[in-house]
Amino acid sequence: MSQQSTHDEPVVRAKMSPARKKRMAWLGLLAILTLAVVLPLASYSVYWLGGNAVAQDVGSVTNPRSNMWRAVEQGVGGYTAVNGAEAGVLIAQGGVRWQQLRDGPVAKYMPWLVLGMLAIVVLYHLIHGKNKLDASQLSGRKIKRWNSFDRSVHWITAISFIVLAITGLSMLIGKNVLIPLLGKAGFSWWAQASITIHNVVGPVFSVGVLLMIVLWVWHNFPTKVDLEWFKQGGGMFTKSHPSAGRMNGGEKVWFWVVAVVGLAVSITGIIMLVPIYNLPVPTWLSWVPLIEGTRPQMQEANLVHAVLSLGWTALAVGHVYIGTAGTEGAFEGMKTGYVSEEWAKQHHDLWAEDAAAKGQVVVLDDTTTQGAVGTGSQPAAAQ
Amino acid sequence: MARMKFLCDAERCIECNGCVTACKNENEVPWGVNRRRVVTLGDGAPGEKSISVACMHCTDAPCQAVCPVDCFNTTDDGIVLHDKSLCIGCGYCFYACPFGAPQFPEQTSFGARGKMDKCTFCAGGPDEADLSDAEYEKYGRNRIAEGKLPLCAEMCSTRALIAGDGDEIADIYRERILRRGGRPQTWGWETAYTEG
Repeated sequence: MSQQSTHDEPVVRAKMSPARKKRMAWLGLLAILTLAVVLPLASYSVYWLGGNAVAQDVGSVTNPRSNMWRAVEQGVGGYTAVNGAEAGVLIAQGGVRWQQLRDGPVAKYMPWLVLGMLAIVVLYHLIHGKNKLDASQLSGRKIKRWNSFDRSVHWITAISFIVLAITGLSMLIGKNVLIPLLGKAGFSWWAQASITIHNVVGPVFSVGVLLMIVLWVWHNFPTKVDLEWFKQGGGMFTKSHPSAGRMNGGEKVWFWVVAVVGLAVSITGIIMLVPIYNLPVPTWLSWVPLIEGTRPQMQEANLVHAVLSLGWTALAVGHVYIGTAGTEGAFEGMKTGYVSEEWAKQHHDLWAEDAAAKGQVVVLDDTTTQGAVGTGSQPAAAQ
Repeated sequence: MARMKFLCDAERCIECNGCVTACKNENEVPWGVNRRRVVTLGDGAPGEKSISVACMHCTDAPCQAVCPVDCFNTTDDGIVLHDKSLCIGCGYCFYACPFGAPQFPEQTSFGARGKMDKCTFCAGGPDEADLSDAEYEKYGRNRIAEGKLPLCAEMCSTRALIAGDGDEIADIYRERILRRGGRPQTWGWETAYTEG
């Protein structure tokens, strides 16, 4: 046998060229792979041969009792003699999801945004330094920027913002940050104060935001000048000062953040504030989705409220820096209502030109500056 | 160590609300607060089922996790108790609870809800001495300290609601299933208890 085979082999080899041998090997491999894929799928031919009737039968047989309990797990409720919104719901799974989101990403990571912004501001100040006025001497000529009502609204909103940020953060991260410092009883006292202050100051803040929108929206519609301002990065990293009108591009963005986020946190805050569990909604208000007071609504409101207000607090750190230590001459605008002409020309050149053309540049003596409530009637026109 | 659980047998509950009444009376709960309620599924339709539900005393309770003042405490028996002297009435436990157990005595403006109240498994509160008047005033009866089980289950006329160590009440229920046939339905256990 072995003799025979060794004798035969050269003959076979001679018949098959190396190229053909290679081709056969590839074809064989392909055939094996194709069959390996197709054969296991052959059972699907049952469907092509009209077997789907069987499959449908299997699908239609369900256990109504199992379905009922499955529905209960998904939040389907029933009748109960007990009063209260959602009292008939046996299991509401949304709460655990809310809790995990709140205690997870929102409480663990979002507060770092505020600290991160603080670090950026400090770093910027150390590297770049104060944005100084170019003019070495002030002429004493001033332009009125904010009247007394503007300033009152600004400061009431600003102070309540800070109060709300501190009390709100206490509620969110106090469990991890303050309990080790104050102890449970001490923190409970502070948390009770926090939630009470937060709930009372919140509506004041909302009124402030609404007034800001009404007062200042007129100055904050975007223009082409703002586009150029943004292209030059607001002059933050350059020596040049991009042109700006009464409000520059950055201030306009901040205004719209205040307007949009301010309204959003106000609405979500009210949803959590109103004692709603049993609030009878009058029929003429039934189209309003806000005062429903169900748990899903309050969970969503809480998440939106926390995420937006933390992001906003981070941005506010930047706003406070730019308005105080960051820019020479900016703070007096919100303090006295007047800014120096030099500051106006440097930061809001178009507005300064406009004010000069309208003869609104004034010289204030010290007494009027101190007492300036913004009427601007006392100072003599400079030009 | 016992691990306390509630089990409501939907095949037995007849929606008499005796458990609700027993709870209110035994614990002198504030007006408007319902530590326990009975929910009827498919009310009036064939195959309707009723369930008596209160705090299930969950493993890894979401209320305990979310509480901003950390006022919850799970006892060695697996009973979830909250400390009313720490509670600030923020309502977060109510947002988080799958069973709608946390209740609030007040509904006034500016979100003041008063201190949360919920089923204590008739085990009083964590911050007052067992069986003291102060504890009764704040949390209701401490039957566990008296060696008794929650009154809602003890009073149940059809023995639909059973309370006690999880293993023992599971045995009772298993025996019922063996005798009467059908499938078990340990309502709420999947949501509340992760150790089975």
